[in-house]
Amino acid sequence: MTGDVAILRPRGGGEMLARRLVGFVRVLRDNGFPVGLRETIDGLRAARQAELGHRDGFRWALRCLLCASRTDWRRFDEIFDLYWRGHGKLQEARVSDQGSRKASAEDIDAGRPTGPVLGVDSGQGADAEGGEGRRGGASLAESLAAADLRHVNDPDELARIGDLTERFAARMKYRLTRRERRRRRGRRLDLREVIHRSIRFGGTPMQLAYRKRWPKPLRLVVILDASGSMNLYSTFFVRFIRGVLDNFRQAEAFVFHTRLIHISAAMRERDTEKALERMSLMAAGWAGGTRIGDCLAAFNRNYAASAITSRTAVMIVSDGYDTGSPEILGAEMARLKRRAKRIVWLNPMIAWRDYAPVAQGMAVALPHVDLFAPAHNLESLAALEPYLAKL
Amino acid sequence: MTLDREEVLKRLGAVGYVAGPQLATAIVLMRQLSRPLLIEGEAGVGKTEVAKALAEVLETPLIRLQCYEGLDASAAVYEWDYQRQLLAIKIWESEDRTAEEKERHIFDEDFLLKRPLLKAISMEKPPVLLVDEIDRADEEFEAYLLEVLSDFQISIPELGTVTASAIPYVVLTSNGTRELSDALRRRCLYHYVDLPSEAKEMRIVTARLPGIENALVAQVVRFVQALRKEDLHKKPGVAETLDWAAALVGIGVKDLRTDPQALHESLMCLLKTQEDQAAVPIEVVERLAGKAG
Repeated sequence: MTGDVAILRPRGGGEMLARRLVGFVRVLRDNGFPVGLRETIDGLRAARQAELGHRDGFRWALRCLLCASRTDWRRFDEIFDLYWRGHGKLQEARVSDQGSRKASAEDIDAGRPTGPVLGVDSGQGADAEGGEGRRGGASLAESLAAADLRHVNDPDELARIGDLTERFAARMKYRLTRRERRRRRGRRLDLREVIHRSIRFGGTPMQLAYRKRWPKPLRLVVILDASGSMNLYSTFFVRFIRGVLDNFRQAEAFVFHTRLIHISAAMRERDTEKALERMSLMAAGWAGGTRIGDCLAAFNRNYAASAITSRTAVMIVSDGYDTGSPEILGAEMARLKRRAKRIVWLNPMIAWRDYAPVAQGMAVALPHVDLFAPAHNLESLAALEPYLAKL
Repeated sequence: MTLDREEVLKRLGAVGYVAGPQLATAIVLMRQLSRPLLIEGEAGVGKTEVAKALAEVLETPLIRLQCYEGLDASAAVYEWDYQRQLLAIKIWESEDRTAEEKERHIFDEDFLLKRPLLKAISMEKPPVLLVDEIDRADEEFEAYLLEVLSDFQISIPELGTVTASAIPYVVLTSNGTRELSDALRRRCLYHYVDLPSEAKEMRIVTARLPGIENALVAQVVRFVQALRKEDLHKKPGVAETLDWAAALVGIGVKDLRTDPQALHESLMCLLKTQEDQAAVPIEVVERLAGKAG
């Protein structure tokens, strides 16, 4: 902090103000605002010219300077008041319990820190082993790939499943891009290049140049059922989601049980400790009943506009056992279908002997689903690859 | 020209944009720090209008770049006029010039089609550059825009680098279709536009439709504010309120309570999906109109 002030001081008077402002920016930073020295300097410039006698003028200036998102915008006033009005109450100026900007208060419906902690990779294991370990992993992968995910409990095996899934997700994306590129090659003339090349022929376009369309990455939205009936599979799919988020350029992930929760930000958290903390906060209600229809309604209402584009595939992972009303589920599925390019419904139960989609929820949802597939082991997930590649 | 907050507020009011002191502060800062202003808010709250009003206040042209998925440099920055280039090559064919001269000739600035970004930085007097719905453009374009917005220069391989003669006032709007990059957010000043309060919305309607009667304005605004509380998929924005008020004046409605049938039919100005229209039957219209009156 002293360093910051030293930099600010030569730029003009008002050392007291500079010191206070540096402190304020620090409090904001602790609250997850993306602000740094540059903002402090700009803030000081703005403050000198804003009518300082007018406290609100100062507040307005800092607000549009230091906020970068709607969440910041909403929280700013409270933090401002705590800092500039309640002198010396710095420690209390941490508004809301969440430290990170990305997980806005709306994203995480404040939950009790109860419930099982999700299986997030603690960073050790396969990665560290290097080249030799990879070969060993491959043969093990084979045996694991066919195992029903229900029967996998050992933490080491779980970690390997995580790695394997990440590889699958990576492969899915890679193929997608390459195929697009090859197929679309040379559709349109690149006039700019044609003219360039024609100059040396005195203006006759002898050599043509084509444009290949830029390959567009597939967007994937995964909506995972984390209710009691899916409990056996949830840990696995959480890993799958992590793999998807890491490997697809544009992906979002949601979890639902009785409520819908946006977990992308928490899942992307690099710091395992923090991720665990954030996940456990959200996990209230984990492995309870299911209200698929209501949760999809929440998705359609709050997230669909931003998460879904015309080339988004929605992947719902659920067994379709719904305690809510099937009418709502049907209507919301229809709405989702209008927005998304494809809906893939993965149901771990399909592989069970004698399973037919009789769960009432499943029956009303099925007409809107493009692909209804099993997802009880890694092989079944890998079998999706060619389908997703065609999207 | 230095403008302080009060002056900006006054001038915005004069061009028919009802703004709060927060927005005026943002505009002052934007001029002072030469930083772009990012405006977010729900659809229909008048984000684009801010840029238009700003251009009027500053008495400078408005250059608009509408973003969409797949927007590329040839639509946003510049493009060569290929047809004319080809013609020029043909015409110069018989001339006795070297190939270099010919090349220099056809890559002259005359053959350059300036698209919004290039146009904005090559103007003498700083214009207002509105980058509308930046969230619809893809990330590559966003990254490019960020570069332009920090250096205010554009390089054209055949011509060299064009550096801004005057830094334009840049307004970006976003609907939240896609999360914007942190770098772009940090580069910009930020303003969030909420749906207006009842009093403010009345001021807006009066400012935009000067001929309208005050009693009707009050009814219309109260009706719309109540309608927003109903369970709708697309809540009507300020733009819809204005459309509807204008429509009511057009069909000669003086009081919302007199003709529920006509009122119900005119709701197409406010409710833009079939589901929402079905959700507000004539009984609800009557109830809301009764309360608004």
